[in-house]
Formats: sequence, structure tokens, C-alpha cells
Amino acid sequence: MSQIAEPVQDVTPLEHRIDHAGPPVIEFDKVNKWYGAMHVLRDITLSIAEKERVVVCGPSGSGKSTMIRCINRLETHQEGRIIVDGTELTGDLRSLDTIRREVGMVFQSFNLFPHLTILENLTLAPIWVRKMPKADAEDLAMNYLRRVKIPEQAKKYPGQLSGGQQQRVAIARALCMKPKIMLFDEPTSALDPEMIKEVLDVMIELAQSGMTMVCVTHEMGFARKVADRVVFMDRGEVVESGTPERMFGDPQTDRLKLFLSQILRGH
Amino acid sequence: MSETTVAADPRYATAREQPPAGLVGPWAWLRANLFSSWWSTAITLALGYVILRVAFSLIDWGLVHAIWSVPYSDTGFADTSACQNAKGVGACWAVIPDKYRLILFGRYPYEEQWRPAICVLLFIGLYVVSAMRRFWRKELVLIWIGTLALIGLLMWGGVLGMAYVPQDSWGGLPITLILATFGLAFAFPLAVLVALGRRSTSMPAVKLLCVLYVELIRGVPLISLLFMASVMFPLFMPAGVNVDKLLRAQIAFILFAGAYLAEVVRGGLQALPKGQAEAADALGLAYWQKTGLIILPQALRLVIPPLVNTFIGFFKDTSLVLIIGLFDLLTMGKVALSDPPWQSFTTEVYIFLAVIYTMFCYAMSRYSRGLERDLNRARQR
Repeated sequence: MSQIAEPVQDVTPLEHRIDHAGPPVIEFDKVNKWYGAMHVLRDITLSIAEKERVVVCGPSGSGKSTMIRCINRLETHQEGRIIVDGTELTGDLRSLDTIRREVGMVFQSFNLFPHLTILENLTLAPIWVRKMPKADAEDLAMNYLRRVKIPEQAKKYPGQLSGGQQQRVAIARALCMKPKIMLFDEPTSALDPEMIKEVLDVMIELAQSGMTMVCVTHEMGFARKVADRVVFMDRGEVVESGTPERMFGDPQTDRLKLFLSQILRGH
Repeated sequence: MSETTVAADPRYATAREQPPAGLVGPWAWLRANLFSSWWSTAITLALGYVILRVAFSLIDWGLVHAIWSVPYSDTGFADTSACQNAKGVGACWAVIPDKYRLILFGRYPYEEQWRPAICVLLFIGLYVVSAMRRFWRKELVLIWIGTLALIGLLMWGGVLGMAYVPQDSWGGLPITLILATFGLAFAFPLAVLVALGRRSTSMPAVKLLCVLYVELIRGVPLISLLFMASVMFPLFMPAGVNVDKLLRAQIAFILFAGAYLAEVVRGGLQALPKGQAEAADALGLAYWQKTGLIILPQALRLVIPPLVNTFIGFFKDTSLVLIIGLFDLLTMGKVALSDPPWQSFTTEVYIFLAVIYTMFCYAMSRYSRGLERDLNRARQR
């Protein structure tokens, strides 16, 4: 028996319908990436439809973080094509700006700006990137702070908040840019166990609102409830993908079986 | 899951609320820090004796037996014989009222010296205004430009009925403040750009240039740079072009200070977690927005102590212009001492100079401490 209750108790999948006929909103086509001589992404081919919710899992060092960081070009790929919302990711700065406006990201280590208040963290990008008037940006920010249930912290600084609160602020900050796609890079890995639930609850609510989401996470309960598709990566390649029921109930490859047994043992 | 709560014993809690007697208060402090053991007590007493002896003899020399004024002959010469007799026993502060205008304002025409005096006040006002966070707005740049222009106008004159005073006649405190203020005001932005350039990954040529600049300038002594500026630089200029000596020294200073400050700023940039830049990128901030709003505000407050350290160092390094024939504050002290009647009163004059330098440097260091505390308050939990 685990000491800490599973953060997501009710894993009944959310009702969800995706229009697979429409054009994919994120498309990886034979993407390869090397760090020096190390081959970290191998022929990744993956297409994600609008409103689809994808959970990426895999052992550490499998390239899952690198893969989602390629979507907003925090990492560059060397071979293949990545197309996000109809724009191909190249060295071109203007297309990069367009994509980064449409793609929000939440990091493992929150990365809030410690010298700005919570409210300033949230309004910064709307004011400077979207050129929104300050008052409107603040209304928007307060709206999202209410959605992540911490409007009373607006005037505080990130260092005064708990980890779970900081991560919820980070989610709200990304949402303030009204992105079409949200990327989550192990959002709960740096949190104390008792704070994981509050962050996952916010993410589940976001999923219910119809956001396209790509999450790197080991929270299998969250994957069961929210994911339309689970993608399993190992050693830089996509090994297996499918619905959560199929992936967790009937894994096809030995690597996934091994991974699942390790994860379950860990819990 | 079982819940085990250990109920705290209320008596225990109240009993421990007060620290044991003798743990707080001045006596406890003395006992803990000065008289904690026989050995420590012995050192305290020995050092206390030495400090008191030095303090008493300083007061004796500087106040009790000091001579504050000397008689003047009809021709205006000071009769310093009383001072000469008291040498070694009492200080001769009479040299200061006699020479302070020469030391502070150099060979600036005597009856026009109200102009450099106002300039010094303007400089100090500028520092005070810049130090207040209330004024950290875009208008501050205009205040700086306006004040510096006004200072130039007052120093040079030639308009509004003020006589023209060539730069060769400037001297004393205004020279020191001009070199330090213009020097750091230009060196600091230069340093930020060089530090950013040195970390650039997308522009290798710029990076190389910045590395070369820092390494070359840092590799030579400031004195040789000043010599180059004053002696070699005119050789490379076309005939007839004469760049003012102060300006040449000023440029040498800016380049030198820039290289040092750039490394300090780079230290701050390096100390910042990579995630900050990534978060700014992910939000779609452009390079200069990211740098100006996220990176620099954090990087610079990390390096306030070494930054102020460098500032203080350069404020005092301005005295090196002595060797290229500019008359800054320290040089004017030496000039004042070359007057025959006062020749032997170096200690008094240097103490006077030290007090002036210390006031400026101590103000900088106090201010930086306060600023650090203010800016970091938000980061504390």
C-alpha cells in the first residue's frame, strides 16, 4: 500500500471527441536530433489533432522532454520537419514568434519570474507580446488566477508561494497568452506529493475545456482519465502508442511492459 | 492510514517560551563575544588597550594640540612658524582653510570658482536623485543629459556673461567627479552590451569581438592605457585635429572600466538559472524584451556587491590621471603642498583628501547595502 493516496482517484475517462479528419495541429515528420554525437531523437513521426490530449511517458533519458521542447523550439531539431498550427519550425524568427504565441508551456521547475509579483508574471506577456492595455491584461490575469483558485495571491512574489501554488500560477501565466496548445513538461515531478493533486485538478479542468495538450508525465491516473492517446518513448524513439486502456491493459512491446512494471513497483 | 498526533505538553511549551536568563541582552553579548574564555579575555584587554592608546593620541594630535589658524604677513604670506614648532605634537589644520579652494577647484579662476562649486553640487544632486527608486523612470535619462550639459556649460562658460575657462585650467574635485561619473555612466551600458555579446550563441563574430575587447583591455594596466590615450593617440590623428586631453583620458577610462564591469555583469548572467530565459522564450518575448524585463533585472541585482566594488575602485582610480598631467583632486593636494610655507604638512592635507574620498565611497557602499536589502526583500520567503 502506498503512503500517499493516488492524486487522481476517479480515472473514468473524460467524455471527449476529436475531429481526426481536420488537419493536425502538431506534426512531427521523421524528426532527428543529436546532442553532439548522441542521437537523442530518432525518426520521430507523430501527428496530434486539434483538441487532442496526448500523454508522453517513458524512462528518464528517453527524449520525451526534448521532444516536447522541440514543439516551441526551445530545442532545435536537425533533420525532418515539425509543423505547428500550419507553420513549419525553421530558423525564421517571425514564424517562431507566431508559434510561441500559440503554444503555452509549463515547466517542471515552474520558472516563474522571482522578481515580479504573481500578477506581473501573468500580465507580462499579454502586455509586451500581445500589446494588451495594462488594465485589460490585469482583468485577464485575475480571471485565470480565479480559475486556478489563487486570486488572493496576486500581489505576492513567487518565493512566498508553495510549490503547488507556483505551478498553478505557471499554468495561469501560460493560459494568459490564450494559447491553442499547452505543453506540460513533467509539471508535477518537482512537487511534494500532497501538492500534486491540486496541480493535476487544474490540468484536468483545462482538459475538459477542450485545450490541445501534450503532457510529459508519470501520473498514470491522470493519463487514464485525460489522455486520448499515450505515447511511450524509449531511447529517443516512439516505441508504442495508443489509448490509455490499451497501453496500460495490453502493452505490446517488452520495453513498455518493463517500463510499466517499474512504474507500478515505484508506487 | 492511521493518524497519530502527539499532543504537546502545555507546561513544556510555556516553560520554553522564554530563553534562559543570560542568553540575551548586552551583558550576554559581551560575555559571548569578548570574554568567553581566559584567552579571549586577554586578547580583548590587550586589543582594547592598543585601540584606546591610538585613539587618545589621535585626539591629542588632531584636536587638543592642533593649530587651527596662523597669522598672515601684510603681503599675504602665511607665517607657519607656530605650526613648525608644534610639528609632531599637534596637527596644523590651518593649511586647509588656506588651500581648500586650490585643492577643490584647482587653477580655475579664483573669482569664478562658484561655477565648479555649483557643478559639484549638481553632481551630488544627480547621484541623490538617481539613487531614489522613485525616479527610476525614462525621465531619469533626460535628467542626466540635462544636468551633464548644464555642468559642461558652467565649467566652460563663454556664454551668458560667464568668462570662457579652457579645460586646461580645470582641476580638483570637478575633474574627479567628471571622470568618475561620465566614466561609469558610459562604461556600465557598454559593459552590459559586452557581457550579453560575450554570451551570444547566434553571433560568433560579436562574441569574438567582445572576448577580444575584454581580454585585451584587461590585459594592460590602466596607467599604460592612459599613456596611450595622452601620448600615442594624438600621433594617429590627422594634423590639426586636437582631441581634448580630458576627453582622451575619459575614453581610456570608459574602455577600461567597461571591460571590468562586463565580467561582473557576465557573472550575474551566468548565475541565472536557464529556466528563466526558457520561460521568457516560451511566452514569446522577443530578445530585447526577455533581456530587459527578465534577465538583466535579476542578473544585475545578483551582482550588486561586486558591481559597487568595481565602482568604488574606479572612483579612486581616477587619481591615476595625475601621470598624464590632469589635475584631479589628489593631484591638487600635491600641488597645494608644493607651496613653501606648507610643504611639510602632508599628513593634514592627505587626511583632508581621504575624508573627501571616503565620504563618496562610503555613500556608495551604504547605498548598495540598502539597495540590496530592498531588492531582495521580495525574494525572501
